[in-house]
Amino acid sequence: MTIAPTASSTPEFASSTRTATRKAFMALFLRDLAVLRKQLGQFLPRTLLQPFLLVFVFTYVFPKIGQGVGGTTGGEAQFSTMLVAGVVGLAIMFQGIQSVALPMVQEFGYTREIEDRVLAPMPVSLVAMEKVASGAFNGLFAALLVFPIAAIVPATPVHLAIDWPVLLTLTPLACFMCGALGLAFGTIFDSRTVPLLFGIVVLPLTFLGAIYYPWKSLEAIPWLQVLVLVNPLVYMCEGFRAALTNVGHMSLLVVYPVMIAFSALFTWVGIRNFKRRVLS
Amino acid sequence: MPLSDIDEVIVTNSLTKVYPGGVRAVDGLDLSVRRGEIFGLLGPNGAGKTTTAGMLTTRVIPTSGEALVGGIDVVRHPTAAKQVIGVVPQTNTLDRALSVSENLYFHGRYFGMNKSTARAETSRLLDQFRLADRADVVVDSLSGGMAQRLMVARAIMHRPAILFLDEPTAGLDPQSRIALWDILGELHVDGQTILLTTHYMEEADALCNRVAIIDHGKLLALDTPRQLKQSVGIDAMVTVTAAGDLDQLATVLGESISAATSVEAVDGHVRVWVRQLSGVLPAIIEAAERNGFAVSDLSSTEPTLETVFISLTGKELRE
Repeated sequence: MTIAPTASSTPEFASSTRTATRKAFMALFLRDLAVLRKQLGQFLPRTLLQPFLLVFVFTYVFPKIGQGVGGTTGGEAQFSTMLVAGVVGLAIMFQGIQSVALPMVQEFGYTREIEDRVLAPMPVSLVAMEKVASGAFNGLFAALLVFPIAAIVPATPVHLAIDWPVLLTLTPLACFMCGALGLAFGTIFDSRTVPLLFGIVVLPLTFLGAIYYPWKSLEAIPWLQVLVLVNPLVYMCEGFRAALTNVGHMSLLVVYPVMIAFSALFTWVGIRNFKRRVLS
Repeated sequence: MPLSDIDEVIVTNSLTKVYPGGVRAVDGLDLSVRRGEIFGLLGPNGAGKTTTAGMLTTRVIPTSGEALVGGIDVVRHPTAAKQVIGVVPQTNTLDRALSVSENLYFHGRYFGMNKSTARAETSRLLDQFRLADRADVVVDSLSGGMAQRLMVARAIMHRPAILFLDEPTAGLDPQSRIALWDILGELHVDGQTILLTTHYMEEADALCNRVAIIDHGKLLALDTPRQLKQSVGIDAMVTVTAAGDLDQLATVLGESISAATSVEAVDGHVRVWVRQLSGVLPAIIEAAERNGFAVSDLSSTEPTLETVFISLTGKELRE
C-alpha cells in the first residue's frame, strides 16, 4: 500500500478546489438519495398517510355521512378542489421538517456525524446548502406522490385547472423554501428542544397555513387574516391554488416575492447557525 | 510547491485560540511535524490538544497565528486543506444511515473518487482492516474497536498527507488499543505522516517518533521520547510516603541524600529525583527514621514521559 500523497492534492487552489467542491456536493446529494432509497419503507407511509387521511376524512367520509364541509350547497365539491393545493403544500413542508430538520438535529446531537460531513472538501456553507437541495428533492418527490391522492380520493369531483407556467416555477420555489425552512429549524432546535418544534411551530403553521381554507375567506376574521401572513405556508398553498385550480387565491404578485424572501431568510439563518455549530 | 517536496507537513507559528469568555486554550504554539513521522501531542485533559487538532483540521478558527498543513494555510484555504488531511475524531462520527461499506464508498465519493475507484478502494480497505465480513451491517452494531478501525480506514481512504487522530484509544479495551497501535505502526512503515493527541504517556512513548508536551496551551518540551526522558538528567524518581511534616522531611532528605538532584513535597508525598539509584532507598529510610518519620511506602520509577511531565509542571499527567 502506498500512502504518498497524489499529485492531485497539490494546492492549485482555485480550479482544483472548485472541482473538489462540485464533486463533494454531488456525492453528498447521492448519499442522501441512497438513504432515501434505503428508507423508502419509512418514507412512503410517513409521506402518504397524513394527506391520505386528510383527504379521506374531509372529502370522502364527510360527504358520505352527510356532514357538510364548506358551508353552502355545492360546497363539498368546491372544498375538494380547494383542498388539493393545501395537501400538496403540506406534503412539501413536511419533507423540509422530516428529511432535513429532524436528521440534522440527530447529526448535530448525540451522533456528532456532522463533524465528519463538514470535513468533506467543500466550504461549510455548501454542506448546509446540500441539505436544502436534498430537502427540496424530497419535497418534490412527495408532492408528486401526494397530488394523485388529492385528485382521486374525494367522493365529490375535483375540478383541476392547471396553469403550467405557474406550476413549473412555483413548485421548485416551494420545494427550495421548505428545504431552507428545514435547515433553519434543524439548526435552531436541538435534541432537547425538538419536541417543541412540533408542538409550538409545526402545528400552528399547518392549522393556520391556508390549507383547509383559502386565505381570502379569512376576510370574515380580519385580525386572523393579517396574523397568518407571517406563515410561509399561506403563500405556498395560495400559490398552488393558483397553479392547480380556479379557486380564488392571493395575488401571485405577492406570492412569488414573499416566497423568495422567506427562502432567503431561512437560508441565511440556517447557514449562519450551521456555521456557528460546526466551527468554533 | 508540490506536496511531495514539502518536508514539514505541519507548521504552526504562534498559533493561538482564545475562546469567548477569555479561555486561552492554545497560547502561541510553534510546531513543526516532519514528513513520515508519528508525532504526539501529549498533555492532560484541557491542555489544548484537541483545540490544536481542531485548528489544524479547519474546525476551530484560530484567534491569531498561522497553521499550515501540507503547505496550505488552513484558515485561508480550508477546502484545499481538507483535501490533504484525514481525521479520526474522539467520538464515533460514522454515518448511521449507511452500512459499513457504504461509509467507505461515500467517503471516497466525497473526496472525488469515481464509482469504480470508490468501490475498489472500499473492498481493499475492508480487507486490510478486517471488516470484510461486516461490510453490509449497520454501523451501530459494530464494537468500539471495529468502529475505530472503520474510522481509521475512512480517514486514510483519500490518501491524506497527514492523518490526525484525537485521543484514538480513549475508551477502547486493551486488546483493541494494541490492535490500533499495530495499525498505526503499519501505516507509519508505509510512510503515512500521523499526528495524534493523547493523555496516555505509554501511548506517546510506544508510538511516537517525537512528542510535544503541552499544558495550558503552551509547548513545554518537544523531542524524541528517549531524549525527553534523558533531558530530565536523573536515574530515577523516588516517591516517599510518610506521616508528618512532609516539607520538613523533604529538607531532611535533601540534606542527607547526596545523589538527590531535587527534593519536593507534593500531593502527600515527597519526591526525590536521584542521579544514581543504587543504595539510595535504604539511605532514604534510614534518614527519615533517624529524624522521626515513619515511612509507609517507598517506590522508585525510571524516567518516563510522566516523569518528564512532572519535572516540567510539578503535577501529574492524570489529574
